[in-house]
Amino acid sequence: MNIKLFIRSILLVAEKDMRIYNFKGGVVIFGLLFPFIMFLTFFIGRDLDIVLFFPAFLGMMLFFAASSNGLLITPWEKREKTYERLLSLPVTIESIILGDILAGSLFGIIITAITWGAGSLILHLPLANPLLLAVTFLLGGVTFAALGTLLSSPSMSNPSNAMMFSNLLRLSLLFISGIFIPLSRLGSWEFMLTSFSPLTYLVDLFNGAINGNGFYPAVLDITVLVLVILAFIGSTILIQQRNLMKGT
Amino acid sequence: MDIINADHLGKSFGPVRAVDDVSITVKEGEIFGFLGPNGAGKSTTIRMMTGVLTPDCGSAHICGIDIHKNPLEAKMKMGIIPENGTVYSDLTAEQNILWTAKFYGMDRVSRQKRADEILSYLGLAERRHDVVRTFSKGMRQRISIACAIVPSPPVLFLDEPTGGLDVYSRRLVIDTVRRMNEEGSTVFLTTHNIEEANELCTLISVIDKGRIIVTGSPEKLKKMFDTANYVEIAFEQPVKKEWFSIDGISHAELHGDKWRLYTNDPDKAVKNLAALAVRERLRIFSISTSTPTLEEVFVQLTAGAS
Repeated sequence: MNIKLFIRSILLVAEKDMRIYNFKGGVVIFGLLFPFIMFLTFFIGRDLDIVLFFPAFLGMMLFFAASSNGLLITPWEKREKTYERLLSLPVTIESIILGDILAGSLFGIIITAITWGAGSLILHLPLANPLLLAVTFLLGGVTFAALGTLLSSPSMSNPSNAMMFSNLLRLSLLFISGIFIPLSRLGSWEFMLTSFSPLTYLVDLFNGAINGNGFYPAVLDITVLVLVILAFIGSTILIQQRNLMKGT
Repeated sequence: MDIINADHLGKSFGPVRAVDDVSITVKEGEIFGFLGPNGAGKSTTIRMMTGVLTPDCGSAHICGIDIHKNPLEAKMKMGIIPENGTVYSDLTAEQNILWTAKFYGMDRVSRQKRADEILSYLGLAERRHDVVRTFSKGMRQRISIACAIVPSPPVLFLDEPTGGLDVYSRRLVIDTVRRMNEEGSTVFLTTHNIEEANELCTLISVIDKGRIIVTGSPEKLKKMFDTANYVEIAFEQPVKKEWFSIDGISHAELHGDKWRLYTNDPDKAVKNLAALAVRERLRIFSISTSTPTLEEVFVQLTAGAS
């Protein structure tokens, strides 16, 4: 394969995604407003330390923002029949998937970085490990953009159905991650449940990078997230290749 | 040189065999027409040949490159107008074209120059900054064409490019195909519009129920059905049907002000009609021999396959 053509096709797919989909209603509502409102719902009226829980908020923000973009793109393009046009250009299934993930990651990272910047200015957040924070943004963005792309891969041509289906899964993941309760305070079965969610490891990395109090070693969090990324991308490619066989 | 080559392509959707052992060869510079009734397998074939659908069996090569093994390299050689002519409706006309051009590695100056040229040619220069969402179907189809021809590809695939278009847009599509062919593109066109194929194509394959039933030039295909020849004749005076019971004419039908006389031997029929005119003192107003239209050939072929 010609690597130059491959990389160019990834970048152009991402350019198109960012131009068209970043500010579609579904992305704004489920990617930006939804996590913000959820945080306020959880936080307002409780005597909680906002600095302590800010990493959890950032994790949730990155989770929703990065995954929303990818969720919308494929069903939208299948409905509008632009997916077939895209496939007929010099692209491969893999470059479309990676382009979608790149667009979703950048969107999630930028939105969350702005939130972190604003939080740092207003709340004077600590910063225990700047390099780890950068790695956390990057890994979190890619992981959940890949999740969004994976969830939109089954041949759905209705974006609202894709959003509903994915919200069911995303809220379940949020629920089992217990992100607003420190891992050290969880009971044994709750603790076991949280280990199945990639969001747990992302929030733990944010805790380590910002407050310096990660529960797991950062290397473990990073390893888990890298494996999850590979699993998500691999599954997406398999599903999309099957769609290409079925013509859906 | 063979520039498009499909070799024993096959595709099933569940129990339905949509394309069955289809092989196509198109030489450089040809305009190839792929005809068939709705559901015959035209779009499935073109989708397999352009890498949009994976075949169950067989292979397709564009300029000698296997589309399924090296999709990026093969797609660099072709421009495609998919069925329905879809483009990104949230982008402007110009953005659609420029973005497409980037895939083919065109630099900024040549992209812009080519986009300007195409937008002017297609009559869309004034609307270049409008989002495609606000365009009519014909205008969207023109943008779809613009995207396909922006890299001046060696191979141009068009899937039902004139479906549902008004006369002006249809004419523009046909002129553009012809122009691209003159500029060096080999064209692969699927259509169920027979006259369009007759007007444009140098070689035609007819597909029905997933199988190619005949391939040849439009004239060669018409020639296959010479037995359907007839002579049309109009006289200044009224004539009786029984006068046509002459050697070489199988039967006669009145079509408006002229008689259509079916024959297996048009030369003999014309000679005998001239003799009839002399004998009955008739003045011939007009006379012409007609071969079947491509449409008649198509109907006979696809009916025969059924």
